[in-house]
Formats: sequence, C-alpha cells, structure tokens
Amino acid sequence: MTLLQIDNLSLSILGLNILSSVRFEVDRGEVVGVIGESGSGKSMTAMSVMQLLPHGTEVSGSIRLDGEELLSKSEREMCRVRGSDVGMVFQEPMTALNPVKTIGDQVAETVMIHKGVRRAEALAIARETLNRVGLPEERFPLTRYPHELSGGQRQRVVIAMAIALRPKLLIADEPTTALDVTTQAQILALLKKLVDEDGMGLILITHDLAVVADIADRIVIMKSGEVVEAGPAVQLFRAMQHPYSKALMAATGHHPVRKPPHVALDAVPVLEVSSVVREYALPRKTLFARPGAFRAVNNVSFKIHKGENVGLVGESGCGKSTLTRAILALEATQSGEIRVGGELVTTKSGASLAARRKMQVVFQDPFGSFNPRHKVRRLVTEPFYLMGRDAPTGAALEARIAESLENVGLSARDADKYIHEFSGGQRQRVAIARALITHPSLIVLDEAVSALDVSIRAQILDLLADLSDRLDLSYLFISHDLSVVRAITDRVMVMKAGQIVETGETEVVFSNPQHDYTRQLIAATPDLEAALKRREIAAA
Amino acid sequence: MVPFLLKRLISLALSLLAASVVIFLVLQVVPGDPASYMLGMNAQPETVEALRQQMGLNEPLVWRYLTWIAGLAHGDFGISYTYKVPTAELISQRLWVSLPLAVYALVLSTLIALPVGIIAAAKRNTAADYGIMGVTQFGIAVPNFWFAMLLVLLFSITLRWFSAGGFPGWSAGFLPAMKALTLPAIALALPQASILARVTRSSLLDTLSEDYIRTARAKGLTRSQTLVRHAVRNAMIPVLTIIGLQFSFLLAGAIIIENVFYLPGLGRLVFQGITQRDLIVVQSVVMLLVFAVIVITFLVDIAYAVVDPRLRSRS
Repeated sequence: MTLLQIDNLSLSILGLNILSSVRFEVDRGEVVGVIGESGSGKSMTAMSVMQLLPHGTEVSGSIRLDGEELLSKSEREMCRVRGSDVGMVFQEPMTALNPVKTIGDQVAETVMIHKGVRRAEALAIARETLNRVGLPEERFPLTRYPHELSGGQRQRVVIAMAIALRPKLLIADEPTTALDVTTQAQILALLKKLVDEDGMGLILITHDLAVVADIADRIVIMKSGEVVEAGPAVQLFRAMQHPYSKALMAATGHHPVRKPPHVALDAVPVLEVSSVVREYALPRKTLFARPGAFRAVNNVSFKIHKGENVGLVGESGCGKSTLTRAILALEATQSGEIRVGGELVTTKSGASLAARRKMQVVFQDPFGSFNPRHKVRRLVTEPFYLMGRDAPTGAALEARIAESLENVGLSARDADKYIHEFSGGQRQRVAIARALITHPSLIVLDEAVSALDVSIRAQILDLLADLSDRLDLSYLFISHDLSVVRAITDRVMVMKAGQIVETGETEVVFSNPQHDYTRQLIAATPDLEAALKRREIAAA
Repeated sequence: MVPFLLKRLISLALSLLAASVVIFLVLQVVPGDPASYMLGMNAQPETVEALRQQMGLNEPLVWRYLTWIAGLAHGDFGISYTYKVPTAELISQRLWVSLPLAVYALVLSTLIALPVGIIAAAKRNTAADYGIMGVTQFGIAVPNFWFAMLLVLLFSITLRWFSAGGFPGWSAGFLPAMKALTLPAIALALPQASILARVTRSSLLDTLSEDYIRTARAKGLTRSQTLVRHAVRNAMIPVLTIIGLQFSFLLAGAIIIENVFYLPGLGRLVFQGITQRDLIVVQSVVMLLVFAVIVITFLVDIAYAVVDPRLRSRS
C-alpha cells in the first residue's frame, strides 16, 4: 500500500479556486519532488495534507495516509497526526523558530505533546535528534537560543523538530531556498540520509528543478493548481511532454544572448575600489577592555570598466553585502578608496552626489523596495534628487520617464499606476527603470533576480543583457546563485571571509576554478544536467 | 546579563542627572524671580529680599543647583513655603496614598486586560471579539471622573457598600484603607485596562501570524497550546511598554480622581503647590515623579530582557 495517496484534491478559499483535481502518491522511503512557480498551489497541497488551511477554505477529494483518510479527521485527531505521523519543514529558517525558547525545549516539545513523557526524557530524545541532524552537543547545547545559530543550523533544528518522532512522512516546503549553495547541499544530503535511515516518505517542494534532480525519485510538476506532469525523475526530465514543463526546464538553464563587450581598458574605470577595509566593533569582553574588531571587508581592490559585467559571489557573511553598502556610500569605510567614474563616493561632507548619480542600484525584494503610496512616476524619478538643479523638468522630465519605462519593456502610461498594480516581475522592471533614469554608467544589482520565479528571472536576465548591450552599461552583479552569475557576467570575483580569493573571466573561473573555496561553491551548486548524467550512469 | 544591567544603570543615573538640571533650570530661572512670584504682586521688596535670602536665591546658580542636589541626596527637599513643614515629609505622606492607589489600579487593569486581550485575539472576528472591542472602545471614550461619579452613585449612595470619598489612613488598618481606594482604583483602571486590552490583542494578532506559530501547529500543538506556549510571551514586549507608561501616568495623573474622591494624593499636592506658588514643593514632586518614571523605564527594560533572550545578549 502506498504511504500517501492524494486523489482528486480540489480546494477553494472563499470561492476562489486554488487546487483542481490534484493527484499523486508517495511511497515509503521515496522522495517526491513537487515543482512549480509561485501560485502553482504546491504549498497549498502540502498544507492540505497537514490540514493547516486558512479560514474559509473548502476541500474536496481524498488524502490518505497509510490508508487513513485525513480529510475526515477532526481537528483534535489531526493534532495527533501532525508532528507524529507527518512532520513539516518550512522555507524561512530565520523565522520558523520561536525566538524566546531554547532549541532544546523546542525540539523536546514535539516529543512531550505526543508521548506525554517527562521533560527530562523529552530533552534526552531532543539531544539525540539534534545529534542526528548534525548539531553535536559540544557546539550546540540544548540551551542555545535560535538567534545564536546561523540559517543552516536553524534549519537543522527545524528538521530535528519535524523528525524527532520518526514520522512516516516528511514535507519540506522550499527547505533550502533561503540558504547558501553549500548549506543547501548539506541540508539536501541530510534530508536524503534521514529518508534512507528511517524509511520515511519525503515530499520536497521547490521552484528549482535543479535542486531535486539529484535526490527525487519522482517528480510532480504543478501549474495554476493542477498537476501538469508527473513521473519517475530521470525519465520525466529526459522526455518532458507538457509545454509548461519544457518551458520551465528551458528557463532554469537560461543563458541570455549577449554581444561580446568592448571593454575600454585605458579609459577611467566605471568603478575603482582600492584597498577598502570595513571593520565592525565587537561587544566588549570586559567593561574597560578595548572592544575587538571584526573585519567584514579586508583590503579589497578591483576595477570595473565601461561596458563590463562583473559578478561578486560568496556565501552569507562573506562580506559582499558590506562591500556593496560601502560602494553605495551607505556605510563608512576605515581605509581605502572607492571611486565611481573617477569621483570619490564619500567626501568629507558625506556621500558625494556627483558620484552617486553615475551609479544606481536594484535590490532583491521587488515588493519591499517601493513606497506603496507613490505612483510609478514619483518612484522612478526619485534619483533626480541627486541631480539638484540639473534635473529635467516639464516635457524633458516626461520624456525621461517614458524613455526609462520603455527601456525596460513597460509603457509610458504605466507612470500613473501604483506599484501594487504590477506583478513581481514587472515591479523589478520598475526598479530597473528607476535605476536607468539618471543615465548611470554603473548599476549595482544586489540579488536582483533571486526572489523571482524561474520564468520571470529568465525574462529579467534577457532585459539586463539587452540594456547592457544597448546602453553600454556596466553591472556589478551580486548573488549567491552561481548559475545566474555565470549566465550574465563577463568577469567574476569570489569573496570569502572579507577577501576576494579568486577573480577572472567567468567561463574560465567556472570551468577551471583555482581556489579550493571556488571549487566547493561550484560543486555545491545544483546542476540539472550533471545530476541527470550521474543518475543515468548509476542506473546503467 | 550583568553588562546589560550595568549599562542600563549608568544610563539611568545619567538620565536622572539630566532631568534634575532641566527641572532646576525651568523652575528657578525661566519664570523670573521665584521669590516675588511666590509672594504675589503686592509684596514689599524687603519681604521679597528676605525670602530670597532665606531660599538661598542670592547664591550663584551652580551653587544653588549643587546645594539642591546635595539636599536631595540625603532626603532634604527643603521647607514648603505654604505648609511650613519639610517638603519630604509632605511628599511621603501623600506618596503613601498615591503609590498604593497607582499599584492597585495597575494590578486591576493588568488582571482585566491580559485575559480579555488574549481572548479577543484568540477569538478574532467572532462575536466575543467584537463585544470586547466595543466595550474597550467605550472604556477609552468615557471620561474617568464621570465614570467615578457613576461608581459613587451606584456603590456608595444606592448600595452603600463603599464610602463616597476620603481616606482613613493606613493607621486605620489595611482593609479599611484598601476599601477606600477601591472605587478610585476601579475608575482609574477602566481606561487603562481598555487601552492595554487593545494593545494585547493587536500585539498577539501580530505574533499569531509569525512563522514559528505555523511551525508549532505543524508539531501537533492545538490552537490554544500554541497560543499559551508560543504566542503570549512573544507578544509581551509592547504590553510591557504600555504597562510602564501607565504606571508613571497613574502616579501623578490621578489628580482628577483624587479630587472626586477627596484623596490626599500627590496629584492634589502638585495642584495645590502650583495654585499657591509653593515652587519648592512643585520642584520636589516633579523631581520625584521623574525619578519614578526613570526607575520604571529601567524596570521595564529589565523585563524586556527577561522576556526576550535576544536583548540579553545584545548588551
């Protein structure tokens, strides 16, 4: 008998159809990858299994766990199933743990509420479980609080809570999306190990095909609340039938076409960073001792020339965000110089407007980086404050707004809309339009496509490549996603512990990495094609 | 935790010092000559001069400030001009009414507000929630002196359970004294409880939409277990802030209620001090209230750290 059987599952919230006739199965010891973009209904399917649905939800169909129908269970009965028979792991490890309780108490709680054992006994099981997920006692005593752990470590705690009672089924909803590539690889390996040891079924929900290529036995592809295609992993990837699956596959490995850049090495560099150091004071150990310092950026130097696209990669905490903020003059440096088009970004009287107008930025979050009460007209013209009296007015201003909106594939009429009237991808286009409006020579793209669905991401990458070709723009492209950096940049810099450990032409670095750390990063990056080849060889 | 406390204590001392300078300057320098101000428009210049001498007003400013602070440090608040008794004595008598009244009202308000706010949040968008929100709206809107009069009408005049006002003093025994403070405390607590219940509700609703609440539900906790074990403590930070603010307010802001019930509290003392130009008393009471506010803020800060481990390690 199959472990989990979802049959004809339909779901609507306040009359709005979310899922229609979803059907798939999970066996014991099997990993099923559920793939889809935002709004595909993949998370809602998971929440239906847990029966943790918002008010006003109507569900029909059948969800059977070990032959028992879950949809007809009462809330009280479902409480006994959750955490005991079915465990769940969520996307955001930073917020998934209660900040005021120790990790030991939080893992032990799962045991106490289901087994009714005493606290000491529950804590012993918690200890054992934390050891299993790779948090040994010497470094991670039960008394640690979540804020004392990194994102990957917190995700291990969440996993420990979910598997403490060795459930039959584990649901992991985008468990690695918020993590670095190397941490992602470790967490995926951990999940696979737990499946093998306990023989539980695993539903791995993700938007990224490459993430599941290595470990999924079967794949379910969802779109708009329906299953469009399902089957054994390798077989399905090799012979996709549905046009949507094919489009998704194509978008995942999308490589925008670019003209070879004509880099002017003799001209003044667009960005010149020389020997920059940024330190943070550490908390004092004793009252009168000098506080120590943490060097977030340690003597970093590089140049970006006109028309050149440069990537900056590294894990969280490597200093790339600090360096970015220093370049944008949002943060002071202790020593070194940063020049944009020959002008220092920070002068004695603060950030230099002359330098800032040659440089613009696009941030990760297309939802959070706009004031929702302003119209697009005002949002995109904000950088004109940098230009003071040189800012265009009247007809010239209208022309600039229209030009920058049309450059990103929107129309001049969109200037009178509010930001909530746009989709996520369109918002990121507005963000790029805002960056273009002062005709900068450099745009800093800080994880600019990381929050987007793969198909939207492919479109934005095309747009960026096109803009760079047409307007001779330079990009500093900061990302933790190596495949995106490989697709869009000419040169790449790898940053680790505040220093740039390797730099070179993107293709050369990727195909022949010199530094150990670069090799680790590349090895940890999910690669769909390589994973499929490995599995075909193993099967043969 | 120790560096955290030390840091807080240093900032407490500095705040007190700054506050004392401001109060001193405002009351002694800004409105002109305190002596002639206290004696009124028709005073003889010689009388004014004598009072100035007596108050030490002819000394240099810094010296006067230092004498005042030195006096405060060993409990010498000066002599009240109208009552001709040491201000410290005057204040301590009044404090023994105001402080218990404030604590009484605050305890009442917290005991009512927390459960009510939690129930409203747990039963969001149900009849219970709407009912509670309606009553608290009423509690905020009703002027508390009018509510106090209604209480007197019902419990003192009709039912004859409580006396309509006055304070027998603690020498009359604990229960009679508390009984005399009960109606004023209820009148003071009503608007405070209404505000606190609303803050508790909205803070708890914010907390209930956090990811870790979903995690707790996925572990198999019931709705109410999740609420008690995970939501309430996380929702306490804004609630503690409001409780701290309310206590400071209750200590001095009970003046109208003190008048309605003829209670000899601090509020009335300040009021009398101001109308009778007894600036020594005003200055001392204001300093005392500032001291109370700063100490309460300090206690609230410590309470934050007890509730939230992240604040403990960020010292």
